Amino acid sequence: MSILVNTDTRLLVQGLTGKAGSFHARQCLEYGTNIVAGVTPGRGGERFEEKVPVYDTVREAVNETGANASVIFVPPAFAADSILEAIDAEIPLVVCITEGIPVKDMAEVKVKLQQSKTRLIGPNCPGIITPGQCKIGIMPGYIHKPGKVGVISRSGTLTYEAVWQLTSLGHGQSTCIGIGGDPVSGTSHLDAVKLFNEDPETEALILIGEIGGTAEEEAAAYIKEHVKKPVAGFIAGATAPPGRRMGHAGAIVSGGSGTAEAKIAAMKDAGIEVAETPSHMGEALLRVYRG
Amino acid sequence: MNIHEYQAKELFQHYGVPVPAGHCAQDTSDFASALSSLPEGVTVVKSQIHAGGRGKGTFKDGFKGGVKLAKSKEEAAEFGRKMLGNTLVTHQTGPEGRKVGTVYFTEASEIEKEYYLAIVMDRATSRPVVIASTEGGVEIEKVAEETPEKITRVVIDPTLGLRAHQARQIAFGLGFRGDQVKQMIKLLNGLYRLFWEKDASLVEVNPLITTPSGDVVALDAKVGFDDNALFRHPDIVAYRDLNEEDPKEVEASKANLNYIALDGNIACMVNGAGLAMATMDIIQHYGGSPANFLDVGGGADAEQVTQAFQIILKDENVKGILVNIFGGIMKCDVIATGILEAAKAVHLDRPLVVRLEGTNVEQGKKLLDQSNLKIVSADTLADAAKKIVELVADR
Repeated sequence: MSILVNTDTRLLVQGLTGKAGSFHARQCLEYGTNIVAGVTPGRGGERFEEKVPVYDTVREAVNETGANASVIFVPPAFAADSILEAIDAEIPLVVCITEGIPVKDMAEVKVKLQQSKTRLIGPNCPGIITPGQCKIGIMPGYIHKPGKVGVISRSGTLTYEAVWQLTSLGHGQSTCIGIGGDPVSGTSHLDAVKLFNEDPETEALILIGEIGGTAEEEAAAYIKEHVKKPVAGFIAGATAPPGRRMGHAGAIVSGGSGTAEAKIAAMKDAGIEVAETPSHMGEALLRVYRG
Repeated sequence: MNIHEYQAKELFQHYGVPVPAGHCAQDTSDFASALSSLPEGVTVVKSQIHAGGRGKGTFKDGFKGGVKLAKSKEEAAEFGRKMLGNTLVTHQTGPEGRKVGTVYFTEASEIEKEYYLAIVMDRATSRPVVIASTEGGVEIEKVAEETPEKITRVVIDPTLGLRAHQARQIAFGLGFRGDQVKQMIKLLNGLYRLFWEKDASLVEVNPLITTPSGDVVALDAKVGFDDNALFRHPDIVAYRDLNEEDPKEVEASKANLNYIALDGNIACMVNGAGLAMATMDIIQHYGGSPANFLDVGGGADAEQVTQAFQIILKDENVKGILVNIFGGIMKCDVIATGILEAAKAVHLDRPLVVRLEGTNVEQGKKLLDQSNLKIVSADTLADAAKKIVELVADR
């Protein structure tokens, strides 16, 4: 089994006809994802790859195709509005890949999100994949393998690194979720941990965090109290200088909070097996999980 | 993006937030006119750099204090001449300090009491929060730790904005009465409008003061902006001071590369911010020291890789380079081609370790192995880090 996405997922692509949208939609189609519709305002009536119908509005696309998930490849200036459009159309799962959305726009989206039934993953994230079933996002599909380890991370390539280590060691993944590197996002580490904890087919977890904020500490506190499944972890950014934004808008150590030390201490206190280097995330999990 | 105090105060004035009268000068020949419109008597002379701790800082030539009280305009001009073009070192600048390109002269204010006031985007609630304290002129982190009861925090719903009762809560929370409550509410509304309309990430007034005559005034001003939102604020972008930024970082930002200079000797080039941070960490884990953070992004091409090499090699401290690419969408053979082209173009004279993983990795490695360039290839991230640390240690 898996969390959030599977063979029943009917995907809508917002920004399907753009450069990034069309490239990645093709990759998702090749992986076997069921893309049922695309939305590009003004391009309604066209067909993508001669089969996926394009609509002008999300509402129309949902009504016509029964889409139950959306992925957003819309430029940063317009992406927040695309999320709001998906919320208005009551799509249960929205994955926003776009990097560089103003924090203010996301703060407004977050209020609306809290009043809705939509779950948002991202923005500024690689997406979500249930290996062998459904890939929504920009991750390379072939590094994954169906299995029983859940992977949670803020970062893209660092997630691929963990997934590839697991696959190379012979362990597949139930679902891999990239929650994104922005300070304001839809799904937190904690939200993802809860979902994996309730999924009977996920037997173990890898939790990858980075400097900035306190989301990893909150997830660790929950794991300490509620999670019996083995968990391995890693925190990136121990060598980052304070006050500087390390690529991800959220990755900044300010006023002594958000440090790697504090996060690693919280993880260890929760019984999480912390990898000594990013090259040993898979091995760290295998110290506590036999599979 | 950060701006100078005098620029922040320009914005404050635009939003009706009272600040002491002041004028700035970038050249000593402008001192007279900058000082002429200020009242006679005590004048404050303030070095304009993007770092805190200016008052307690020391200039490289031994002159003490980046903020000085001058008894007369003559003395103010004299202090200004000592500051301008001089390099100020504070606890936030690092030992290299910052060159002062602008001096700001302001009238001196009589202070009855100092307060702290800030608006920031709070990560925990994903909402703006106003932080106010009766302890001004000191670091808020210290107050939060030692006397948290002296801090008032008000969380704002971004779809509603700062409401009247919230502004009152802050004013009364600081102990204001009568007309000062009214002044404070007006000031708060101005600051919140500035924060919201200009996509600020931080608006900080430390100290906010009351004067013996009963006025509420922003004595200092610090404003930072959300880089993601600069595209819709050309007026704010115009405030950017490239002298405050590392020239290598400026060049990198022009090439759309995410680069931050550090003080180690092993340069790294990585795709993805998380993996880039992790690569710095693993270099340190094996006893090396990273010279930079560099994320070439998900779609870097040969040209960008070349530019990245050029920027990295400009750092004279760099004794070796580690390239770590997890090719997903970006194919390893394409990256390998980019590395080879770049290595030829920039005349690579230092050890280079390359770790490729992901799509078309075998073709990529083959290309590197077949070249006659001295490139050490590595299999895992740990293997790569160990190899570059050893190579650099041998030099």
